[in-house]
Amino acid sequence: MPIRSVAAYRLLVLGLLGVLLVSCMTALAFGPASVPVSNVWGIVGEQLGLRSGGDWTQGQSRIVWLIRAPRVLLGALVGAGLALVGTALQAVTRNPLADPHLLGVSSGAALGAVLVVLFLGDFAGVFSLPLAAFIGALGSMTLVLAVANQQGRLSSERLLLAGVAVSFVLMALVNLLLYTGDQHASNSVMFWMLGGLGLARWEILWLPALCLLLGLLALLALARGLNALMSGEHTAVSLGFNVQAVRVQVFVCTALLTGVLVALSGAIGFVGLMLPHLARRLVGAEHRRLLPVSALLGGLFLVWVDVAARTLIAPQDLPIGIATAAIGGVFFIALLRRR
Amino acid sequence: MTALTIHQLRWTPTALERRQHWLLNGIDLHVAAGEFVGLIGPNGSGKTSLLRCAYRFNPPLAGQVSLDGNDLWQQRPRWSAQRIAVVLQEFPQAFGLTVADVVAMGRTPHQGMFAGDNEADRQLIEQTLDAVGLGDVHQHDFATLSGGEKQRVLLARALVQQPRLLILDEPTNHLDPRYQLELLGHLRRLGLSTLASFHDLNLAAAFCDRLYVIDNGCLVASGTPAEVLTAERLHQVFGVHALVDTHPLAGYPRITWITEP
Repeated sequence: MPIRSVAAYRLLVLGLLGVLLVSCMTALAFGPASVPVSNVWGIVGEQLGLRSGGDWTQGQSRIVWLIRAPRVLLGALVGAGLALVGTALQAVTRNPLADPHLLGVSSGAALGAVLVVLFLGDFAGVFSLPLAAFIGALGSMTLVLAVANQQGRLSSERLLLAGVAVSFVLMALVNLLLYTGDQHASNSVMFWMLGGLGLARWEILWLPALCLLLGLLALLALARGLNALMSGEHTAVSLGFNVQAVRVQVFVCTALLTGVLVALSGAIGFVGLMLPHLARRLVGAEHRRLLPVSALLGGLFLVWVDVAARTLIAPQDLPIGIATAAIGGVFFIALLRRR
Repeated sequence: MTALTIHQLRWTPTALERRQHWLLNGIDLHVAAGEFVGLIGPNGSGKTSLLRCAYRFNPPLAGQVSLDGNDLWQQRPRWSAQRIAVVLQEFPQAFGLTVADVVAMGRTPHQGMFAGDNEADRQLIEQTLDAVGLGDVHQHDFATLSGGEKQRVLLARALVQQPRLLILDEPTNHLDPRYQLELLGHLRRLGLSTLASFHDLNLAAAFCDRLYVIDNGCLVASGTPAEVLTAERLHQVFGVHALVDTHPLAGYPRITWITEP
């Protein structure tokens, strides 16, 4: 039975925030180089200026603060963002199977990534690949809108079908390029497409953080529209919504957020598809309540999956997309069987 | 005093526009303040399309739809949502909305973008749910309700919108006789200006002040139930024979369909 009362909801959100914080701290202790949890807390405390010195080495401090911390935070941001996007898209398309990658944004990002790796090289240093991926995402978003648009009208069925169709065409191009392209470059693109948080560093974290915050605010502002659209187009109109406008706003908002996230971390599946369903079980489908909880659960989930990705085949990194799909799929099967 | 006026309305789906084939043509209709008006006609005659024009979903190709003298299409969607509420055969997607969530949506046109439901909103929602007899299920999952209960929840949502005009598309579908009578009786007692489509002509005769008959996209008759519901007209429009007499207890027309032997 989902939580209904206002007080219980506030408690749940605060609790999830607390668990997320503790999880992030704990996740810092996992990795190929062993650093005890107590040292991790000490290092973080030192970096935040709360205490000085302790019995850890300079190397441990660097690993925890410069390598692991940004990675854990990026994981939380990406997970939260993908779950948020999935929640909004499932409502706006009235389709419980909608996810951030369904509407063609990720395949556009993949095409951008392939093109830059195969033909352009590092035109902007480490940011070449994310930048190209984001431009590709913008391109495919525009293409999907153009295909779905029917004399100014935009139905959710057409949006869905246009997304799937554009996705197929772009992925065909990506695969063609990978198949005919240079082996080494292909491998690096493949690795990026499977998803990973290896790109995380402190200098870039502000970008996904800002996008997530703006995305959350924008979707919260559209939350009533999402509720109404879930009830059907006619109901939404009769409640005073400009249905076309709400759809375009949600689509553009989610596509931009997905573009940024996919550019930084590759196409991480499952989070955006299933976490919204878990969140709905907790708090129901009223979107003003659902969106924040969905984001928190997404962040929490990805932080721990990344821990698994870093430790399962250590010292190598398991691509996080493989880990989310495997862990998430099994978890969900278990959930289904239990009911 | 008139609430809704439809003047020389013409409409057709965009796909048919080029063929100059109008699904609604030359519609003239009005609903006076506090009047309960019914719309009847065979399947596919244009009842639902006409209602959609009245709640600002279908933009007319010609003619005018106005509420209290204001052209609906000169106003913002929110303006009409603050004044016109609609009960349709369209149910929310069944994942996890409570009855109270569904009803609370009706307050949307009166609230700001980030505003939550305030105490007055919550009280109104509670009272309205009590009034439609669903006070004790307001925390239940909407998807678990019976068809009749769902219909009453949607009515409650329309009522918390506090409209000047209520539009109903076959409100008694899915309801057993008791709830049909209760729902329509409730609607009558509200005294709101109402435009409703009906399949059941006996219900229309019992509850409506006036009726419009629509056939093939044109209004072919209007007037009190006694004026409109004649055996000849029913045969013309619906293609079936009927015996029309007066209800022995209430005085409105009673229709008995004559089945072929």
